[in-house]
This record gives sequence, structure tokens and C-alpha cells, in this order.
Amino acid sequence: MAHALHMQQAQAVPPVGPPLKRRIKRWLLARPGLARLGVVLMLFAVWEIAARFLVDKMFLSPPSQVFSQIQTVFETPGVIAALRITAWELAIAFALSVMIGLAVGLAVGLHRFSHRSFMPIVLLLYGTPQVTILPLFILYFGIGPASKIAFGVSHGIFPIIVTVAAGVQNIKPILLTSAKSMGANQWQIFRWAIFPHMIPSFFAGMRLGMTGVLLGVLLAELYVSTAGIGYFTTLFTQSFNPTKLLGLISVLAIMAIGLNEIVRRAELRYSRWRKD
Amino acid sequence: MKARRKRDKNWVASRAVQVSFVILLLGLWYLGTTRWRISPILLPNPVAVWHELKDVLSTGEYIPDLRITLTELAIAFSISSTTGITLGYLISRSRYSIRVFEPLLAGIYSVPIILFLPLYILFFGLGPASKIALGATISFFPIVLNTIAGFGYVDRIFILSARSMGASDYQLFRWVLLPAAFPVILTGLRIGFTIALLSILGSETIASLAGLGHRIVHLAEGMDTARMFAYIAFAVAIALFLNTVTSMLEARARQR
Repeated sequence: MAHALHMQQAQAVPPVGPPLKRRIKRWLLARPGLARLGVVLMLFAVWEIAARFLVDKMFLSPPSQVFSQIQTVFETPGVIAALRITAWELAIAFALSVMIGLAVGLAVGLHRFSHRSFMPIVLLLYGTPQVTILPLFILYFGIGPASKIAFGVSHGIFPIIVTVAAGVQNIKPILLTSAKSMGANQWQIFRWAIFPHMIPSFFAGMRLGMTGVLLGVLLAELYVSTAGIGYFTTLFTQSFNPTKLLGLISVLAIMAIGLNEIVRRAELRYSRWRKD
Repeated sequence: MKARRKRDKNWVASRAVQVSFVILLLGLWYLGTTRWRISPILLPNPVAVWHELKDVLSTGEYIPDLRITLTELAIAFSISSTTGITLGYLISRSRYSIRVFEPLLAGIYSVPIILFLPLYILFFGLGPASKIALGATISFFPIVLNTIAGFGYVDRIFILSARSMGASDYQLFRWVLLPAAFPVILTGLRIGFTIALLSILGSETIASLAGLGHRIVHLAEGMDTARMFAYIAFAVAIALFLNTVTSMLEARARQR
């Protein structure tokens, strides 16, 4: 009897909420971004400690030094011009890849027969490692920006061709039939049925193409360069200047992330109609 | 019957287009070097390339370079696959750690890692070590990301029903998690293998002492273009062969 009374009393007491420790834990669990930040900070701490106490100064600089002295990278004569040249190379290579890739992708994808005939060739070329012919690009286009652009295009067009051709192919036959039955001509079918249907895969292709262009241009820059960014990475490597090398690589990485983010946003924006 | 005959006819027609495309290309190449006098330094005669290729294959000159490239590839891929699968599995164990680590890894993966090559050369020198390190780094990311995707997004219903039927940890792993994750991990391994090969050939081309990529650059710098074409054809054939084998292995493992 006394026991039952005790139970009742315990139930009557209003809950005061979980103890503080568990509340903090729950608060942290709801915010994985905080832990992510922690992991990144920890990695930087490891880098800092390794660079200060474990590794020779000739090979690695601590991040504090790299980021506090990043202006010395820009102050090195020629670096800003080199960054500008590399950015131009990327822009031109990307524009050319999109234009050629779109044209070839449409030509291959619009007709069943050309798709079946030429798609295997495109896929075969896409599958070959183009780095092996990098010396040929230098031989044909010289060591200036032309070879970087050409090599970037050779990496950028294939994903665009493949996705554009696939986007044109996967259209539902009923859409074409209904357009035709309503009296649309070839151009109208393309403009109002095929083209809108293709847009999301076209943007997906552009995103993959941007990754390819970045890879191609940077590979060619690193291979041989007279004015672009590759010249300075070689210079900083050979003069054992890790502070400037890491600074330059950080700048380039930020540039690459920015470009990737632009095309990714564009893809999200223009493929939204399909979801709703 | 009629439809089938039409399909066969279409098949023959597209093969004919493909073959004539290749023949046209070879013909233009041949005419370009003989009739239109393109300098043999820029574009060697296809017949000369064929002779060089036969010479390279018969003398076995390619063996040391090929061995170095394949050894680098094997070491890089075994490092990246073991660390990638282990870390991916550990991360996928809790929803929280997936949400912490997956965006981080995907973010790093979106940076062109080839940028770090000068750094790797500074650390590991011009020899095979820098190629192995770069290849392992680049191929680590697709493997770890696919492993997380494979283990982390198994349907909760499967796990719950296995648990409610009394499956032990091992049984859950062996009969539920592994079969669900396996195909996704295989895709990651195939992508990792392909880009490991690519980055190793690339870093050999940029700065190295030996290997297939180095040989091609060496011949290019010596203006020995015919032999360089032969080596390029050889390297491309090896790469296509390896990629085809991995795709076939993936398809076969998927079927089981």
C-alpha cells in the first residue's frame, strides 16, 4: 500500500526535463556542422604541429604562416597575370567545350541511327586516358595558352556530348507523338518538346564538363607552362618555398571550388521544373 | 520476323558506318603524311608507327616501364581501397557521423586534387612514391564516398526486420548490410581504379623518372614522334584493357 502511494507521488511530480549533460549532447547532435568545423580545425592543428615541430621547414609550412603571408604570393611578380591567364584558359576552354559538346551531342543524339553508329566511338574516346597524348597537344599547339585550352576542351567535351545525347534520347515518345499530332513541325518539336526536356541533362553535362576542363587545363599547366600558373608551381617547388606553393594551391583550389559551385547552382536552378 | 530483319540490317549499317569512319581517319592520316607532306615530326606515317609498335612489342622494351606503372597502380589502389572501405564503413555506422563527414569528403573531392601534385613531388620526390601517393589520394574519395552511400543508406526496414528476427551483429552485416552495400561499393572501386590509373599516368607525364607516361614524354622531347605514337597506342590499349576488365569484373560480381 505504501509502495503504491510512493509510485503515485513519483508520477505526480512534473518532469524537470533531461539533465543538462544530455541536453548539450542533443544540441550538438542536431548540429553536425559544428562537429565538421571541429574536424577541419583539428586537421589544421595537426598540420600546424607537424609543420612546426616534425617536418623540415623546406618542405612544409604551418597553415598560420601560409595564410598570413598569402599576400606575398600575389606580390611575386607575374602571379596575378598568371592567374588571369589561367582563368581565361578555363573560360575559353569551357565555352568551347559547351558549344562543341552541345553541337556534337545533338548531332549524335537526335537520330537513332547516328546515335547507334557514333555513340560507341564517343564512349571509346571518352574512356581513353587523354593524359597519354598530352605531349602531342604541346607539339601541335605550342607551350602557350592554346595547348591548355585544347587539352581542357578534350577533357570537357565528352561528358557534355554523352549527357546531351542521353537527354535527347530519353524523351518520352508520347510527347513527340502528341506534338506531331497537334501539327508541330520539326523545328517546333525541337524547340518546345526536345529542348526543354534536354535542359536538366545539359546542365548536368556542363557540371561534369567543368570538372573535366579544370582537370585538363591544370594538367597541361603543370606539364609545361611559360606564363600560366604552372610556371609558378614549378618555380615554388624547385626553390623549396612551401609557404608560397601552398598559398598558390589554396588560391587555385578556391577558384576551382567557386567555378564548380557556379555550375552546380545553375544545374539545381534549371532542373527544378522536373521535380514539381 | 520482318522487324528482326530490319534490326539486323540496321546493325550492319551502323557497324559499316563505324568501320568506314575509322578507315576514313586512317586514310586521311596516311594521305596527310604522304601526299600533303605534313612534317613527320608532327605526324608520322601510320606505317612507320606500325613498324615501331611491332619493334617495341617484339624487343620487350616496354616491360620495365609497364612494370613500374602497374606496380604504382597496384600499390596506390590497394592503399586507397583498404583505407576507403574501412573508413567508409566506420563513418557509415552512425547517422550523425555520416552527416559530419560526408559533406566534408565530398567537398574535398570537388577540388581537382591534381593541384597537389607539386606538393607531393616536394614531399615524396620524383620517384614512384609521389605517384603512388597521388593515385591513392585521388582514388580514395570515390571509394570512401560510395562505401558510405552503400552502408549508410540501407533501408531501415531490412535492418529492423533482421533484428526482430534475432540476427546477431555478424549476421546482420553478412546477410543484410553487405549484400545491400556491395554493388555501390563496387562502383566506387571501379571509378577509383580508373582515376588512379589516370592520375598515375598523368603524374608520370608531368614529372617522373620512369614509367609509361615518362617514356612518352621522353620520346616527345627527343622528337621521335613515330615511336611516341607507338607508345601512346600501347598505353591507351593497356588502359582500355584494364578498364574493360574492371567493368566486366564489376558486372559479374553484381550478378551474383
